[in-house]
Amino acid sequence: MKTSRIAALALAALATVLGGCAGADAVRVQPWERATLADYTMRPDRDPLGTQLDEHIYFSREAASGGRGVGGSGCGCN
Amino acid sequence: MIPPSLKSNRGAAWLGLALFGAVLAFATGLRAQVKVGDPFPSLQSAALEGAKPDTAGKVLLVDFWASWCTPCKASFPAYGRIYGDFSPRGLALVAVSVDKVPAEYAAFLKKMAPPFATALDVGQKLVRQVQVPAMPTSYLIGRDGRVRYIHKGFHSAGTESELRKEIEELLDEKAAPQP
Repeated sequence: MKTSRIAALALAALATVLGGCAGADAVRVQPWERATLADYTMRPDRDPLGTQLDEHIYFSREAASGGRGVGGSGCGCN
Repeated sequence: MIPPSLKSNRGAAWLGLALFGAVLAFATGLRAQVKVGDPFPSLQSAALEGAKPDTAGKVLLVDFWASWCTPCKASFPAYGRIYGDFSPRGLALVAVSVDKVPAEYAAFLKKMAPPFATALDVGQKLVRQVQVPAMPTSYLIGRDGRVRYIHKGFHSAGTESELRKEIEELLDEKAAPQP
C-alpha cells in the first residue's frame, strides 16, 4: 500500500509540473512583450559589411562546397 | 503500463487526484482571451494614461499597438482616414499603446500625429486582460459593448476595406436599449 501511495504521489507531482509547463505564460513570449525582440539590433542582417565578412570567414574556414549560397569548388581559396 | 499496486481502489483515487492536479495546473496557466461576442473590458476603469473618450452608445474601435511594431506604423494613417469618415456618424476610436517606455510612446505620437484618441496601457494591464493574439490587433465593438469583429495584424488596404464594411454595418444597427 505504501508503494502505491508513493507511486501515485510521484505521478501527481509529475503531472502537476508538466501541466504547469503547458500553461501559455510559462513557455511563450506574449505578443505585447516583443519590444526587445523587435529591436533593430536583434536583426541578423543589420550590418551588410559585417555579414559579408562573417560569410567569407565561414565558407573559407568550412571549405564547404560552394560556401553558403554560392556555387563553387569549395576549395576555400576565394 | 499501470503497476499492480495502483489497481487497488486507493491507488485509483490517488491517480485521480494526480490528474485533477494536472488539469488544475494547466487551467491556471491559461487566461481567457477576449473573443467575438464577449463584452469588452471597460476603458473607463482601465489603467490607461491619456484620452478616454466617451464611448457610451457608440460603435468603438480599439486598436492595440506599440511603437516597435512595424505594421502599427502602417495602420495609423488608415485609422486616421476611417476616423475622419465615420466619427461624425458615431464611431469612437481609441488606440491603446502597450509600450513600456513612455518616451517611445510619446515620440511615436509626435511623429504620426493621429487625429483619434490614444492612450498608454500602464503596466500592460488591459492588454493582459484582453490577451491580444498579435500586434497590432483591433477590436470592433458594437453599441452594446460586445466585441463584434477582431482583426489580427494589419494587412494594408485589405484590413481597411474590411473595417469600413463592418463599421458601416454596426453604425446602421439601431442602438440597443440601455438596461
